[in-house]
Amino acid sequence: MPTLRSERRRTGETLVRLGLGLAALVSVLTTVGILVALVVPSIEFFREVNPLDYLFGTEWTPTFKDGSFGVLPLLVGTLSVTFWACLVGLPLGLGTAIYLSEYASKRMRNIIKPVLEVLAGVPTVVFGFFALTFMTPLLRSIGLDVEIFNVLSAGIVMGLMLIPTVASLSEDAMSAVPHSLREGAYALGSRKRLVATRVVVPAAMSGIIASFVLAISRAIGETMIVVIAAGLKPGISLNPLQGLETMTTFIASTGQGDIPTGSLEYKTIFAVGLTLFLLTLVMNMIAIRLVRRFREVYE
Amino acid sequence: MRSKVLALLAIGVIGAIAAGCGGDDATSGGDASAVGGNGGTITVDGSSTVGPYVTLASEDFTTAGATTRVTVGISGTGGGFERFCKDETDISNASRAIKDEEAALCKTAGVEFAELQIANDGIAIVANTDNSWATCLTTAQLKKIWEPKSSVKSWKDVDASFPDEEIKLFGPGTDSGTFDFFTKEINGEEGASRTDYQPSENDNVIVEGVSGEKGGLGYFGLSYFEQNKDKLKDVAVDGGKGCIQPTSATVQDASYAPLARPLFVYVKKSSYARQEVKDFLTYMLANEAKIAEEALFVPLTPAQLETAKSGLAALG
Repeated sequence: MPTLRSERRRTGETLVRLGLGLAALVSVLTTVGILVALVVPSIEFFREVNPLDYLFGTEWTPTFKDGSFGVLPLLVGTLSVTFWACLVGLPLGLGTAIYLSEYASKRMRNIIKPVLEVLAGVPTVVFGFFALTFMTPLLRSIGLDVEIFNVLSAGIVMGLMLIPTVASLSEDAMSAVPHSLREGAYALGSRKRLVATRVVVPAAMSGIIASFVLAISRAIGETMIVVIAAGLKPGISLNPLQGLETMTTFIASTGQGDIPTGSLEYKTIFAVGLTLFLLTLVMNMIAIRLVRRFREVYE
Repeated sequence: MRSKVLALLAIGVIGAIAAGCGGDDATSGGDASAVGGNGGTITVDGSSTVGPYVTLASEDFTTAGATTRVTVGISGTGGGFERFCKDETDISNASRAIKDEEAALCKTAGVEFAELQIANDGIAIVANTDNSWATCLTTAQLKKIWEPKSSVKSWKDVDASFPDEEIKLFGPGTDSGTFDFFTKEINGEEGASRTDYQPSENDNVIVEGVSGEKGGLGYFGLSYFEQNKDKLKDVAVDGGKGCIQPTSATVQDASYAPLARPLFVYVKKSSYARQEVKDFLTYMLANEAKIAEEALFVPLTPAQLETAKSGLAALG
């Protein structure tokens, strides 16, 4: 009997192990699949378009007659929207996190946290229309001469979208800071503000940076908001009052159209997709390095 | 034991009733439908301009007694051909003629087809409702605005009498049949256009854009303008014979030159061998004037209709 029981348990163990292993394998396979799907058409694309012209060209008109394939305008568009999103989202998110972790009473936490979760659950297409039909008119009413599709309102709304991401991850990191550190600081006569900014935030820095990088990656890859509110005109401009096309906008709007499969325009979508993928990959690698560098280990 | 027998009996009775009803349905369907279309499914995909036309045709077809299901997708002209040439659809809607490379794909896949013109469409030039100056533009002015490397930045550049309001351009993306048609007629070469405008595959973006910018100007299918009349203002076009407003009437008598275009459906030969497909297309051509009116398009001329009918006849 004991042998039989242990035998059975071992089969169970094996099954569980196999099942969980398969679950993990799915994400690996998906990543590999996506990479292959992006790389193969991209290679064909770069056979027809010089990679240097692609990377450093300043004109992006791939679907037009005698089109130019300089990706810089799209990159500028993406980074410009990301910049405004971060300018809004990162400080507000971090502020929310510090408030929740250090200042808020239990009652306030019980109000704010669920609200943040609701905000995190709003579909991005809703944020997009919020930008177009609320933020843009608002910006106009305060006297900014924005175009109907513009970088600023897409960026601001995307920043609002990032708040829950930054706030919840940063707050987790701050809550994980040992209480002994705070108590030590109080014992030395620090005020709450000093404890928060000089002790808790530095101690949680690795988690905060991780949340920032995740937020930036989300902003770079965000599609619906920019498709709806940031416009479709590629250009190199730092003026946020104008509309700009981002990499994601190009992929989404061109993929939606009627370009013939296998054509150069079609392959362009994949080349831009690969660029976007690499950009996010680099961001994540930087993030991992930063997180390691700023990690403070206690106990 | 007895309950089992009873149950079996009950099933038998229900089955007989069901069968009887089914039989009735089939006969009544056959009797009422003078247009044919008994059962079966026809898969249609393609241009979002032509899509509503075929949908209306299928609704009328059903009203006339047909029981055939017609599913109409709107993947765009190119997207429709892609599926059509993969042998996934029976009919492909197109707001332009099939391109050589697309026809080659069909050929490779062994898909034989015929082209049928089903209606005419006009392109509307639209401006913001606050735009009081641009009531009529000549084709030369339109070309000046839209030609490749155009230097027009302000309405003043179009005509000295116009105010110095920045011109904000919106239009269809390059894959759209409307774009091909507009560039060919206005700029003289298909696909030749200035590139610094907001191109969108989604006509609603153009509506949002032009209605949101005082200096906005855009173009798309007349039918879409008809649906958004309250948000936009149409601009008359002077093609050399005075200013003509885009209306069904002016497109019909071809006075709205040069921005009227043919619309097509492409029919797969192997699908046309099926009775319901034959019935549907015969019905559609026989009623094209009524359907075109419902779809805000302009019906075929008798000559165009004749060509379409003989194209259909050639399929077998």
